[in-house]
Amino acid sequence: MKELVVVSGKGGTGKTSVVASFAALAERAVLADCDVDAADLHLVLDPRIVHRENFIGGGKARIMPGHCTACGKCGELCRFDAIYYDGPGNGRVARTFRVDSFACEGCGVCVDFCDDNAIEFAPAVCGQWFISETRFGPLVHAQLGVAADNSGKLVTQIRRTAQEVATQRKLELAICDGSPGIGCPVIASLTGASLALFVAEPTISGLHDLERVAQLTVQLGIPSMLAVNKADLNKEVPQRLENLAGKYGVLPVGRIPYDRAVTAAQIAKKSVVESSVGPAARAIRDIWTVVEKRLQTSTTSQVGNIAMRPKLIPREDIS
Amino acid sequence: MKIAIASGKGGTGKTTIATNLAYVAARNGRTVAYLDCDVEEPNGHIFLKPTIAEERPITKLIPVVDAARCTHCGKCSRICRYGAIACVGKQTLVFPELCHACGGCMLVCPEDAIQEVAQPVGQLRLGTSGRVQFIEGVLDVGEAMSPPAIRVVKEAAPDTDLILLDSPPGTSCPAIECVRNSDFVVLVTEPTPFGLHDLKLAIEMVKALKLPFAVVVNRADAGDEWFRNYCEQNRVSMLAEIPDDRAVAEAYSRGDMICEAVPAFDQCIRNLLDALERKIPGNHHTKETR
Repeated sequence: MKELVVVSGKGGTGKTSVVASFAALAERAVLADCDVDAADLHLVLDPRIVHRENFIGGGKARIMPGHCTACGKCGELCRFDAIYYDGPGNGRVARTFRVDSFACEGCGVCVDFCDDNAIEFAPAVCGQWFISETRFGPLVHAQLGVAADNSGKLVTQIRRTAQEVATQRKLELAICDGSPGIGCPVIASLTGASLALFVAEPTISGLHDLERVAQLTVQLGIPSMLAVNKADLNKEVPQRLENLAGKYGVLPVGRIPYDRAVTAAQIAKKSVVESSVGPAARAIRDIWTVVEKRLQTSTTSQVGNIAMRPKLIPREDIS
Repeated sequence: MKIAIASGKGGTGKTTIATNLAYVAARNGRTVAYLDCDVEEPNGHIFLKPTIAEERPITKLIPVVDAARCTHCGKCSRICRYGAIACVGKQTLVFPELCHACGGCMLVCPEDAIQEVAQPVGQLRLGTSGRVQFIEGVLDVGEAMSPPAIRVVKEAAPDTDLILLDSPPGTSCPAIECVRNSDFVVLVTEPTPFGLHDLKLAIEMVKALKLPFAVVVNRADAGDEWFRNYCEQNRVSMLAEIPDDRAVAEAYSRGDMICEAVPAFDQCIRNLLDALERKIPGNHHTKETR
């Protein structure tokens, strides 16, 4: 299976609109929404969920007020500023310690070092992931719980499930919608993929952010391409984006002009290529033709071979 | 007064709002700090064009195993819930990318064979842009975890009337790390289906954190009744609607300070600042003094 991941560095550049159109144009592809923080692809693809599963993240600590003797050791040991001295009292102490679950990173140090065994630790349900049917084929997507963590792990889960679906249905391609930034979920989306497509906007911010995400794909060894969206917003920056891309071996594959049809399509819950024959739709079709051709010569996805967390390479200088 | 500028969806205008609020508040005579907490893709510097006075590395503590003392008992590996330290035969290996620097392995080691060393994960840059104090964190490319870097940026906040935190997008760890413990959250959104969907997620996040918040609608348009209705029906307080304006988009694309380039936008930001001050209780000390 080949795997295309659409990322951008900067948010709001049009990744999801491009992916939705690719979904319409691609034949025999599984779709994956790896932007688990703020998933939007389902708003266009109108999925019918056929399978759902809980996503179990790391654990969270919880202090049992009845057992806490308020010694304060947990607070001294916690590096994440997650322990507060404002829990309810019990027969022995007027106040107990409490874990702020939003700050808790689930290291379990407080659990292991509590002298009174007053802290419990259990894996938490951090969200759900789904396999759905859409008018363009299967979609694997997720909903991360409110203020939950472990988004990188959930991204890897989605990519692996997409691969399983592809294998079962003999599909040759996975198209993944990525998240903004260059951190954990983005690294988890890109690791082992066949090809990355950057969707960038022609602004100085877009230029700055493209450089960082291009450096990331170079580090991860993922070949990549660049599409400039809303390209007519600025006369000079599209060329600078493409020059910068060249510096990192990223192939420019086209420019999408600003077109109100893009927002109109979103409101109509359609992809741009379904609802419009205007300039943006034409540009996206042309870009897809180039991307599809490039995918034929890319390597197959390595998502089945990567660990649940990326980059498991020990550093010799540390140990 | 710490105000976080956040959003579920990316590219809605967090940095535009945060940098221009900082600029206008400073012009009004307040002491202001702008903190760029979007350490993965920090862009505030493009608009504020600060003079950087100090740059220092952001580091993360990583365990180092003293091979001479290590008896390969495996306790460190068992306590680590991130799989960041492993005993393999006669070797104890550390995987820095997975380490959350909780210190558990060092605490549990009976041989005192583990020490922590600071490993650079990014840069903290401090400077000034006119009268705005500027602080940003820049995460190294390839580094997965941004929350520790965001913590360092927040710890560097000076004692000013107003602290503006420019948040990363999303609703998980990095966004939470930025907004938690702030006094008020401004959620910036755009009146599109994606914008509304991600706004709902962001509202759930700030409600879960029990933080007071209000919404700024950016790139508003005459046809956005449905969006306004949603906010009214759900009692979401709207601080300002900033009209969609090609001149703003173009100024942004060039990296200009938008308040300087587009007078109508300057007025929007002044109104927003007034609305914020009315909104936030106990904010009297930051009121304009003349």
